[in-house]
This record gives sequence, structure tokens and C-alpha cells, in this order.
Amino acid sequence: MSLFDHKMRDLHELLQKKEVSVSDLVDESFKRISEVEGKVQAFLTLDEENARNKAKQLDEKLAGGDSTGILFGMPIGIKDNIVTKGVRTTCASKILENFDPIYDATVMQKLHNAETVMIGKLNMDEFAMGGSTETSHYQRTYNPWNLDYVPGGSSGGSAAAVAAGEVPFTLGSDTGGSIRQPAAYCGVVGLKPTYGRVSRFGLVAFASSLDQIGPITRNVEDNAYLLQAISGVDPYDSTSANLPVPNYVEQLTGDVKGLRIAVPKEYLGEGVQASVRNAILEALKVLEKLGATWEEVSLPHSKYGVATYYLLASSEASSNLARFDGIRYGYRAQGAENLIDLYKKTRSEGFGDEVKRRIMLGTFALSSGYYDAYYKKAQQVRTLIKQDFDKVFEKYDVILGPTAPTPAFKIGAQIDDPLTMYANDLLTIPVNLAGVPGISVPCGFDNGLPIGLQIIGKHFDEATVYRVAHAFEQATDYHKQKPQL
Amino acid sequence: MSRISKEQVKHVADLARLSFSEEEIEKFTTQLDAIIGFAEQLNELDTTNVEPTSHVLDIKNVLREDVAVPGLPREEVLKNAPDHKDGLFRVPSILE
Repeated sequence: MSLFDHKMRDLHELLQKKEVSVSDLVDESFKRISEVEGKVQAFLTLDEENARNKAKQLDEKLAGGDSTGILFGMPIGIKDNIVTKGVRTTCASKILENFDPIYDATVMQKLHNAETVMIGKLNMDEFAMGGSTETSHYQRTYNPWNLDYVPGGSSGGSAAAVAAGEVPFTLGSDTGGSIRQPAAYCGVVGLKPTYGRVSRFGLVAFASSLDQIGPITRNVEDNAYLLQAISGVDPYDSTSANLPVPNYVEQLTGDVKGLRIAVPKEYLGEGVQASVRNAILEALKVLEKLGATWEEVSLPHSKYGVATYYLLASSEASSNLARFDGIRYGYRAQGAENLIDLYKKTRSEGFGDEVKRRIMLGTFALSSGYYDAYYKKAQQVRTLIKQDFDKVFEKYDVILGPTAPTPAFKIGAQIDDPLTMYANDLLTIPVNLAGVPGISVPCGFDNGLPIGLQIIGKHFDEATVYRVAHAFEQATDYHKQKPQL
Repeated sequence: MSRISKEQVKHVADLARLSFSEEEIEKFTTQLDAIIGFAEQLNELDTTNVEPTSHVLDIKNVLREDVAVPGLPREEVLKNAPDHKDGLFRVPSILE
């Protein structure tokens, strides 16, 4: 039994009753890390000294009888593309090898205010470009359920660390599925919020019109608490939405009577493995028993999602990653003859292949003569994809389907085949393009590898997404199963 | 028929401030050609009169009061620079 088998609310109570200290929680984290990190390799940086000092401070505060919030003393891991003041932030890239941020991301500011304890920074695909965490410059991360398999990506470290019990809560980021797909592969709960729900200030930009930070946890309630803490408008991010943040946890009633579920036929069709399809059909039965109804619908432009996404995300990336030039921060190549040469050498030595591929694709799509044919065309198709969702949400409360077409694949199986790798995101990408929220919750296993159920909601309706996910979770026990490490 | 030539890939690499060996140009040409070929499925769709979406929120020009606030301290900003001198970033010569 690990302390982290308790949910956040129970840990909070144990702290209040002085049965457990913050130092105990932090010890639990580092103890587990010392046991399993050699196998899982989820972390790029551990911040042990600061974490232990912070724990002591918080324990003193607790002894003083101060009342504390729900997140007080909770150990948390952070994806390495979220800047953390004074703690190395690499984006898993050589080009940011020694980057020591001089400010905190807004989400970090909020977590500090909530008095969480950061344990360390988590591995990812380089600049969040990939679906297996294999494009990290530094190390592979292994799926805790079977070490021959990928943890998914790009937030593979964030999902694997939670699944392995190293930390109970992490933050990831999701541009085309990078929270939900690894959550599905690792059997944990991961939410991509509505675009604009969470400030992107301090999230190293990949594709600015798609990126969102979101929580990865062991259960839905913890996830809701964490989202609550990081959401809200931010003067430093003008795309953050100026809307009130509802009390998500209050709405986890377990009641889904009369809920109208849409199941897109494209989400159970070609390319979706039979075991995954069956798990989703079983999940629908569970929700039917709870009083929900479902009907088949169509998102006719879904199949164009992957192509649309790769053009738009890569175009935005090619522009965003222009800042890595070896001048103001990060790696600088030696022996350059002039400024242009310095840029070229630095970027060619500093970026990995997948990042270069996407910069090249994006630069091409934005270049003179091709802009209308590729970039603008993809923006127009994005409109059609968004309209598909708008139409379905006129009649239904949520959309349900698998998170990914298959369970996790073997390490090395797809790394040389970009197009196959991209297809893993078939069912998550349209959600980013439409900007709506989506969650992945565990809904089954295939040969010991977890399967994820994706629940998609209307803009800024995370409350309903969570309510459905929670009702399903309470009626099943997939989330209670733990990998043997 | 290939959609993108080696020459085009070299031109794009130059725009992107990347340099590649001949072998890498070969590989990137093949891979980009496949990806662009895949992307051309979008041409199946008639998008005449469809407005492009650049982002999904109904937000336009977000304004704030024009009030000066302190910036980051210079020494902090230079802390991560690979090379700096006299409080400035240092780069190789720009003029021939």
C-alpha cells in the first residue's frame, strides 16, 4: 500500500489530522522514484533538495495550525516544457540543455500559491513533437505496464510517473493529443482543457493556437481539483478566457441520467483495433445502465484531421521555434563564421530529426507560392472540422470514443515512419482543432496494456466531461489496477 | 511523381536556418514528399467561401492600459546567454 493510493481529498484529511506530514508525502515520492525510476525513466530533473526543504517549511506551517487548501503539501511533477524558475527546463532538447528559467509559468505561480511541492521535471518528446517520448534528446521513458512498450507522448514522462506511483499528480501539455494519448497508454486520467481555460504563459510554445496545459492523475476527482487550481484568465496570456472557473468537484454527482451521448462512427471505424472498439462498446453499456442514452453520429471531416493538424501545427512551430538561435539562451554551436552560419550550425546541431522535419514542413507550407495551397487550405478545413463538432453539440451533451486507435506500441516500432506515428493521433487531433475539452479515462486492457475512453465536451464545459468520466470511473475498477514493477 | 525536389528542400532549409548533409537532404526530400502527398488529401474538399480558422476563441484585440511596469533585471536576462559583454548579447561579426 502506497500513500498515493489515497486520493487527494484523503491525503488532505490525513495532513489535517497530523497522521501524515508533507515530508512523509515527499519521502514516499523519492522512495518510489529510487525503486522504479531505473526502469521507467520518467524524470529528466529531480529537485530533491528544494522539495525536502519546502516540505519542512510546509510542515511547520501545518504545526502552527494554519488552515490549508486542498493542494497544500501535494507532491507534483511537471512536464519539462513548462518553465520553472531556477529549475532547468529543457523541452527534452539539446538546444535547451542548460536553460535555467528566470521566471515561472503562470501555472507554476498558481501551484506555488496553492503550496504544492514540485518533485521534478518530466521527460517528453522533444518540444512536444511526437507520440512516444522517443524523440527526447536525453532518454527513453518506458511504459510501466510493460517496459517493452512506449508510454505514449508527448507527455510520456508525466503519464508514466503517475502510473508508476512516483508522483500522484503531474502536469502535461496537449497540442494534438499529448496528454490524452499517454494517459490512455499508461492507464491514468488526463484532461486537455478547452483552449483558453488555462494560461499558456511559460509553456514553451509549439503550436500556439492548439497548445493547452492540463492535469494527469490517478482518478477523475484529483484531476478536477488540479484543473480548478490552474485555470483562469491571465494578463500574460491574451488568449486565456475571461470566464469564471466553476467548482468542478462539486459537480461530480455520479448522476448521468438523461445524458445524451454522441458516438461518431468515424471513431469506431477503420483503423480502430477490435479490442479498443469492444472496450468502448462495453463502456457505453456501463453508462446506459446509469441512465445515459447514446446514438451514432458522424464527424464527417475527422479523417482530414491529421493532415490539417500537421500543416497547421508545423507552420506555427516553424515560426515559434525561430527563437532558438543560440543568441539569448540555450546551446550555441562553435566555429561559426558569421551570424547566419551561427544560426544554421546552432539549430542543426541543437534540434533532433522530428523537430527539423516539422520546421521544414511548416516553413514549406508558409513559404511564398505554397501558403494558399497548404496553410490557408488547412485553416479552412479546420473550420469544417470545428463545425462538425458544433453541429453534434447542438443535440448531444458529450461525444464518446476511444482516445487512441490501439493500445501502446512497442518501443522502436514506428520511430522511422512519421506518417504511421502521426496516425496514432487520429482521434485526439480534431479535439484540439475544434478547441473543445477532452479527457481520457481507463476503460479496459488488451494483453495487459491499458485502453483509454475519450470523453469530449462543449467549449468550457469541463464540468460535464468530468461528471461523465467520474460516473464511469465509479462504476468500474480499471483505475484501481496498478502495474507490477 | 515527386511533389518536392531536392533543390526545393535546400531552399526551405535555408529559409528555416537549417543546414543538412547531402544524405540528410535525400532523406528529408523523401519524407517531406510523403507527408505533403498525405496532406494533399485536403484537396478532395471544396473550401470555396469557407472562412479560415486561425484560432477557436471569439477573442479579438485584447487591450490593456498603457502603463509601464519594471522589466526583467539585465543580469538575469543575460544569465542564459552563451556569450555576452558589457551587458549586451554578443554575436559573431555581422558586417563583412
